[in-house]
Amino acid sequence: MATETGAHATLRSPLGRVRGLGSAKGGTHHWWMQRVSSMALLPLMLWFTISAALLAGDSYAATLAWIGRPVNAVLLLATIGIAFQHTASGIQVIIEDYANSEWAKMAGILATKAVCWLLALVAALAVLRIAV
Amino acid sequence: MATFTLPKNSTITTGQTYRAEPGAKNVKSFKIYRWDPDSGANPRTDTYEIDLDKCGPMVLDALIKIKNEVDTTLTFRRSCREGICGSCAMNIDGLNTLACLKPIEDVQGEVKISPLPHMPVVKDLVPDLSQLYAQLRSVEPWLKSDTPPPPDGERLQSKEERAKLDGLWECILCFCCSTACPSYWWNGDRYLGPAVLLQAYRWIADSRDEATGERLDNLEDPFRLYRCHTIMNCARTCPKGLNPAAAIGKIKQMMVERQS
Repeated sequence: MATETGAHATLRSPLGRVRGLGSAKGGTHHWWMQRVSSMALLPLMLWFTISAALLAGDSYAATLAWIGRPVNAVLLLATIGIAFQHTASGIQVIIEDYANSEWAKMAGILATKAVCWLLALVAALAVLRIAV
Repeated sequence: MATFTLPKNSTITTGQTYRAEPGAKNVKSFKIYRWDPDSGANPRTDTYEIDLDKCGPMVLDALIKIKNEVDTTLTFRRSCREGICGSCAMNIDGLNTLACLKPIEDVQGEVKISPLPHMPVVKDLVPDLSQLYAQLRSVEPWLKSDTPPPPDGERLQSKEERAKLDGLWECILCFCCSTACPSYWWNGDRYLGPAVLLQAYRWIADSRDEATGERLDNLEDPFRLYRCHTIMNCARTCPKGLNPAAAIGKIKQMMVERQS
């Protein structure tokens, strides 16, 4: 804020503070990929939800056979990859919006990415073990 | 950065009530945020009862009446009283707007008035806008061109090129939009906010300007530009009916365009 008090007091000029460390020359890729992945997820999630609903009540073997079919396996892998990528970038935006310290921001973003990567790998491995 | 609770010395208390003159028939209450840095006291809400039969139609008329006739200590900015200077921007009835353009009759019940949200308060309804002015300065809102102007006249634009500036040049820098934006509230130290980004786009969209790439470079930043999450409070609150979110959208579009 412009007139800061206490621990945040600074005598730096407002323009100096606004210019800060300069432009990061980035963010476009992240923003664009969020849009692209959300568009890709529209048909994928629709397909996945309908398929999962249709599988309800089917036997374990029938479900395995459905996942094992190449078309389904490829679409599942695509859904897993894009969904976790989209989740990670969405949570990153929320952390950037609300995290109060640089440390918390960086740790939060790295942890989010790590968890999403691991979950995506676990899910992908499950599909591959059935399909391959 | 997000802070969700007010510090103790910012809690608003109930202040004085100034009754309308006896015999007044058309009375409206104005609840106005008051804070005096010299008193050391918490901010308070004072209530002023105004006889609308003896007052002009706009909220600014009521404020001027209060200052002239009821309480000379009430502090607010005003100048043109016709929506072109942007001085009397404040939060009226929950929405940032210009007091001079807001008809009193548009407000149901009491008229609640407070300074533009989330800015440091200088006194009463006067916010400290130095950060916003510095942010405006940082986007260099003036024509930048290496080509010298023609010796015999001004720099020319086609009618279509000029039309691209409509919806942008009308901005009067009242900052109603920036101070209505939650993203600006949380990250105003780094996010430029709707008003300044609309101004930046006003120069990016200007066919006479030759620094478009440099301007985009300066904005390409997760915080300066990409904190806009199209919440649209800016367009909703703009007293001039402009749409800063659309201008920000066009900047983002150009960022993608120059990469593909």
